[in-house]
Amino acid sequence: MAMPFFTPGDDPGANFPELLRRSGLAPSDALLAAAGAASASAGKLDVPHATTCVALRFDGGVVMAGDRRATSGNLISHRTMEKVVQADRHSGVAIAGAAGPAVEMIKLFALQLEHYEKVEGQSLSLEGKANQLSMMVRGNLPAAMQGMVVVPLFAGYDLLRRTGRLWSYDVTGGRYEEYDHAATGSGSLHAGTVVKVGWRDAMSADEAIELACRSLWEAADADSATGGPDALRGIYPVVATITADGWRRLDDTDLATRYRAIAEQVREQREVRSS
Amino acid sequence: MSMPFYVAPEQVMKDRADYARKGIARGRALVAVRYDDGIALVAENPSNTLRKISEIYDRIAFAGVGKYNEFDQLRVAGVRAADLKGFQYSRDDVDARSLANQYAQILGQIFTHEMKPMEVEILVAEVGAHGNDDQLFHILYDGTVMDEKGYSVLGGDAEAISGRMADVDRSALTLDGAVRAATSALSGPDRSLTCDDLEVAVLARSNGRRCFRRLTDDEVAGLLGS
Repeated sequence: MAMPFFTPGDDPGANFPELLRRSGLAPSDALLAAAGAASASAGKLDVPHATTCVALRFDGGVVMAGDRRATSGNLISHRTMEKVVQADRHSGVAIAGAAGPAVEMIKLFALQLEHYEKVEGQSLSLEGKANQLSMMVRGNLPAAMQGMVVVPLFAGYDLLRRTGRLWSYDVTGGRYEEYDHAATGSGSLHAGTVVKVGWRDAMSADEAIELACRSLWEAADADSATGGPDALRGIYPVVATITADGWRRLDDTDLATRYRAIAEQVREQREVRSS
Repeated sequence: MSMPFYVAPEQVMKDRADYARKGIARGRALVAVRYDDGIALVAENPSNTLRKISEIYDRIAFAGVGKYNEFDQLRVAGVRAADLKGFQYSRDDVDARSLANQYAQILGQIFTHEMKPMEVEILVAEVGAHGNDDQLFHILYDGTVMDEKGYSVLGGDAEAISGRMADVDRSALTLDGAVRAATSALSGPDRSLTCDDLEVAVLARSNGRRCFRRLTDDEVAGLLGS
């Protein structure tokens, strides 16, 4: 591949997706053509879907959490999918929807943030990042019309305003800043309700993590497309905090302890009832 | 009918090379040196915003001396080439050798075919998974590539600075030792450089996926002072 050079008036700047288009490597075109062909021949495309994710703000940052299950119709197609992904040092994305395009979108988004940072010599502002993601979701609209919907959550720590912030999106790229918490995916009704009821202003990081874990537990309890903690295989949700110090993902031993405590709580409630 | 004057090709090349060398010699120099955890890059650069050293990819850094707009154009092209290759294949497939070859092609092409050669000298540095995989590719204005071991010096007065670097015992260099050695090689015996005159960055193996990190003025002052 030749090194990409452009004349000054024709330079794509720090825009990586535009650079991909110029180089003939843009993924969305091929995906769109495939989606069009598939929907014409087979009606509705049955691709793996990713499900429940939540994000909530605490004192000094945000927590993001997502279960690990991907489903195709009524089958589990993947047990260890990672739907909560670090975008850069101070932000992360959580996705729900068609797994293939969603993973591709996150990959491209993270690359775009890094590309911008390297070309321009400084990071985008958090709002700038949220805006970039909005444009990518909008770019996916034609594919969404064919059934490949991608609905992300974006959260991060705003270094200018010194606070955690989060955004939810709709299929058309609509970008809505949420002040306290947000949920997306098939189990979002249950997970979102748990978070809504339990959320308080100025929670500590630990309390926020606890609440996020609990919300995914309840979503998995009521929604078949959301995976619960799998102690047998050692698979736990992805839970991460983003603070001024950056992204930190919780390790599985920590999550195993938290979920054992939740299971214990649920068991105790039952014992009270039966005694 | 007027005839253009005949100029021997040797003379054309020599004139171009002299022109490029003069432009580069006017600028301040830069030193890259290997140490136990990676590669330290130290440039004499009073500006805090117009950088000579920057990140290209996870394990690869770029450094340029000479005309700023020309090496910056090369830097951006390198970032683009690396990001495109990493997107198309995998992050592991992006390597300094291939980038250095592409730079050499471009600089060689411009040197022979354009009116004006680029007045730049660049360095593509890659930190390996282990110390002996570190690579330093030094590329000249005419596309000459040199694979250098241990350390590399670019820019004006490079010979004298190289001489001073050659005297350094590099067998067990730590970061502070590397930065101090590079700084004293850059400054020479007659003057001293402080953190305000320097731009320092490292490619450190211990830095996670993205090895590149800029050192702040305070950090540099600490390394020089200790």
